[in-house]
Amino acid sequence: MTLLQIRNLHARVGGHEILKGIDLTVNAGEVHSIMGPNGSGKSTLAQVLARREAFEVTGGEVLFHGKDLLAMKPEEAACEGLFMAFQYPVEIPGIGNAYFVRTALNAVRKYHGLDELDAMDFLPLYREKMRLLDMDEQFMNRSVNEGFSGGEKKRNEILQMAMLEPSLAILDETDSGLDIDALRIVAQGVNVMRSPQRAMIVVTHYQRLLNYIAPDFVHVLVDGRILRSGGPDLALELEEKGYGWIETEAGQVAPASA
Amino acid sequence: MAVQTAQLESYLECFTDFVCATASATPDWLHTLREEAFARFCDVGFPTTRDEDWRFTSLAALARTPFRLAREGAASLAPSDLAPWQMENALARLVFVDGLFASALSTMGKLPKGVTVDSLASEVARQNAANGSGTVAGHLGRYLDTVRDPFSALNTAFLEDGAYIHVPRGIALVQPIHLLFVSTAGSDSAPSPTPSMTHPRNLIVVEEEAQATVVEDYVSLGAEIPAFSNAVTELVARGNSTVVHILVEREHLKSFNFSTLRIEQGRSANVASHSLLAGGALVRNNVHPVLAGEGAECLINGLFIGSGRQHLDNYMLVEHASPHCASRQFYNGILDQRAHGVFHGRIIVHKDAQKTDAKQTNRNLLLTDDAQIDTKPQLEIYADDVKCTHGATIGQIEDNALFYLRARGIGEIEARRLLLEAFAGECLGRIKPGAAHDYAHSVVEARLVSLAAPAPASSLTAESPERNLDSHWEEVG
Ligand SMILES: Nc1ncnc2c1ncn2[C@@H]1O[C@H](COP(=O)(O)OP(=O)(O)OP(=O)(O)O)[C@@H](O)[C@H]1O
Ligand SMILES: [Mg+2]
Repeated sequence: MTLLQIRNLHARVGGHEILKGIDLTVNAGEVHSIMGPNGSGKSTLAQVLARREAFEVTGGEVLFHGKDLLAMKPEEAACEGLFMAFQYPVEIPGIGNAYFVRTALNAVRKYHGLDELDAMDFLPLYREKMRLLDMDEQFMNRSVNEGFSGGEKKRNEILQMAMLEPSLAILDETDSGLDIDALRIVAQGVNVMRSPQRAMIVVTHYQRLLNYIAPDFVHVLVDGRILRSGGPDLALELEEKGYGWIETEAGQVAPASA
Repeated sequence: MAVQTAQLESYLECFTDFVCATASATPDWLHTLREEAFARFCDVGFPTTRDEDWRFTSLAALARTPFRLAREGAASLAPSDLAPWQMENALARLVFVDGLFASALSTMGKLPKGVTVDSLASEVARQNAANGSGTVAGHLGRYLDTVRDPFSALNTAFLEDGAYIHVPRGIALVQPIHLLFVSTAGSDSAPSPTPSMTHPRNLIVVEEEAQATVVEDYVSLGAEIPAFSNAVTELVARGNSTVVHILVEREHLKSFNFSTLRIEQGRSANVASHSLLAGGALVRNNVHPVLAGEGAECLINGLFIGSGRQHLDNYMLVEHASPHCASRQFYNGILDQRAHGVFHGRIIVHKDAQKTDAKQTNRNLLLTDDAQIDTKPQLEIYADDVKCTHGATIGQIEDNALFYLRARGIGEIEARRLLLEAFAGECLGRIKPGAAHDYAHSVVEARLVSLAAPAPASSLTAESPERNLDSHWEEVG
C-alpha cells in the first residue's frame, strides 16, 4: 500500500529554490533513508512534508494516504499520521513534557473521534515509553526540551513518536550528536515502531545509524534533487567514497539541468 | 497644572454634596484629612504627559469626563449576580458595590480571635464611638503621598468606605480574604446615564509575626458605560510579618481604573504584591513599597494582558530606606491588537540603605505590529554599597515554538493559547500555591482564551527574535 507519493516537488525558502523536483514513493512497511551533503535540502523536504508554512511549495504534488498533503496544515498532517522528528528540537519554557504530549495525543484522538485521555490513563503509557527510551521520570514535569542535552532532545523526539504512533515517521538527523549508547537506545525505540502498516524516512549523514535501522532504500539528495536511489549497499558506498562521485556522474548524465 | 474650571466644578460639586451627606458620621480628624486632600487635588489637578511619572499615559479622556459620585450601594444586587467571582476556600469575602460595603452580600467566615475584617466605614464609626483612640486614625493617610500623587489626594478627599483588616501579633491567616469591588452601571436607566466614580479605600494592618493573604478584585456588572474607579490601599506589614497581596483588575472595557498600593514594611517583613491587569480601558496600577525596616523583603510581581485599545500602565516605586533589604520586580506583559502597555519601574535607594539588593525584570510579548509597550527603568541611588540589576525584553510568539506544537497535532489556536499560558505562567508561578493562586490562575486562563485567536498571516511568518532592551539605569544622585 502506498503511504506517501511525492511527484516533482519544488519548494522555495527565503526566495531561493531549494527543492528542484523531488519524486519519491514510500509504501507501508518500508524504511527509506535520505542522505546528502549539508544544505542539499533534506530538512527542507522534511519540513515541507510536515507543512511548515515558511517553506513555499512552488510546484508538484504530494499524496499522503491518498490525500493532498500540501493542502493540510501542520496539525492536520500530524493528525493524519505524519510525524517529523526535528533536527533541532525546540525548547518551550513553561510547558511540561507530559502535559504537552497529552495535549498532542488528545488532539490527535479528538481528530479521529476518540475520547480524550485523562492524566490517569495517560501517565502509565507515558512512563512505559520513557522506560523504553531509558529516560528518567523527572523529564516528565520539566519544560519541553528546556535545558536538555542534545541526546536528551533526540530521545524526547522518539518518545513523542512512540506516544503518537504515526503511520509515517520522518526522522531528521535523529542520530546526529549521539554517542553509541544513546544511538542504540534511539534505534531500539525506532525499531519497536517498525510494522507492516508503518513507514519511515530516515534522514542521516552517517551509515552508523543504518547499522541499527536497516533501510530498504537509500536515496541521495544533492542540490534539491534525488540523484541516485538504491538498496542498503548505496549507504556503504557513500560512506566509503563520499558524495562527489554521484555529483560528477549526474553532471555527466544531465548537464543541461543546471 | 490646574484642572480646567469645568472639571474642577464637577469635582467641587461632588465634594460639597459628599461633605454635606456624610457630615454627621464624620469625626473631625477625617473631615480635616478630606478637606486638605481635596485642596491639594484642586491645586494640582490631573497630571499631563509632561509630568515624568505620566509620560506614557494621557489622562485627557478621564479629565474631560464629568463623573457623579456613586453612593447608592447594593440596593439592586442579589447574591447570584456575584456568582462569577466566587473564590473557593476564602476565609472571608467582603463585597463593595460602587464603593460601599454590602453586608448582605458578604460572608465573614470564622475568624480567629482578635482578627478584624470589616468595612472601613463601620470601623471608623466604632472607633469614633470608643473615643477615637483606635488603629484607624493612627494609620489612615499616614503612609500615602497625597502631595506627589493627585489620585491619592482625590481618593482621600472622597474617603468613605473600603476594607479594614487588622491581624494581631502572631496570628497566621492561611486562607485568603477576598475583597470584591463591583462597579455597576447604577440604577440610572436613562438612555445616557451619567458616568459614576468611586474611591474605595482599604487599610490593612498586619502586626508583628502575623500572616495574611488579601485579594482585591475589581469587576464590573451591567451596561458598559464609562466609570472611574480610584482605589487606594495602605498596607502596613510590621516586623517579621508575611503578607501576600493580590490585585485583580478586570473591569469592563469602558472603565478608568486607578489603583495605588502603598506598602509600609517593618523589620524583616516579607511582602509579596501580585498584580493582574486584565480589563479596563485606561488602567494605572501604582505599587509603592517602602522598605522601612532592616532586612525587609519585597516581591513585586505582575502580569498585564491587553487587547483592543486597552491602555495598561504599571508604575512601580520601590523605596529602600533601610540596610539589607531586597526587592524583586517581575512584570510580564501580553499585548494584542492595538493595546498599549507601560512599565515604569522606579527604585530609590536612600542614603542609609546599604547592602540593598534590587532587581527588576520586564518581559513583553507583542502579538501584533500595532501593540505597543513603553518600558522605563529608573534608579536613584544615594547609598554606595548596593546591588541593582534590571532588564527588559520585547518579543513575539515564537514561530518555531508554534510550529513545533502544531507539528504534533495541536491546533493553531490551542498552540497559541499554550504558549501564552506558559508566558503568563512565569508570573503565576511566583504566587504561593493555595486558594489565591488558583483564583489568580483561573482569572488569567479566562483572559487568555480570548487572546489566542490567530493573528493575520503576515505577523505569523515574520521571524522576530526577542529584542533585548539594554537601556541603562538612569542614575540620579
Ligand atoms: N529559513 C531559511 N531561510 C533561508 N534559507 C534557508 C532557510 N532554511 C534553510 N535554508 C537554506 O536552504 C538550503 C537547504 O537547507 P536544509 O536545511 O534543507 O539542508 P539539509 O540538507 O538539511 O542540510 P544539513 O545536512 O546541514 O542539515 C540551505 O542552503 C539553507 O541555507
Ligand atoms: Mg538538515
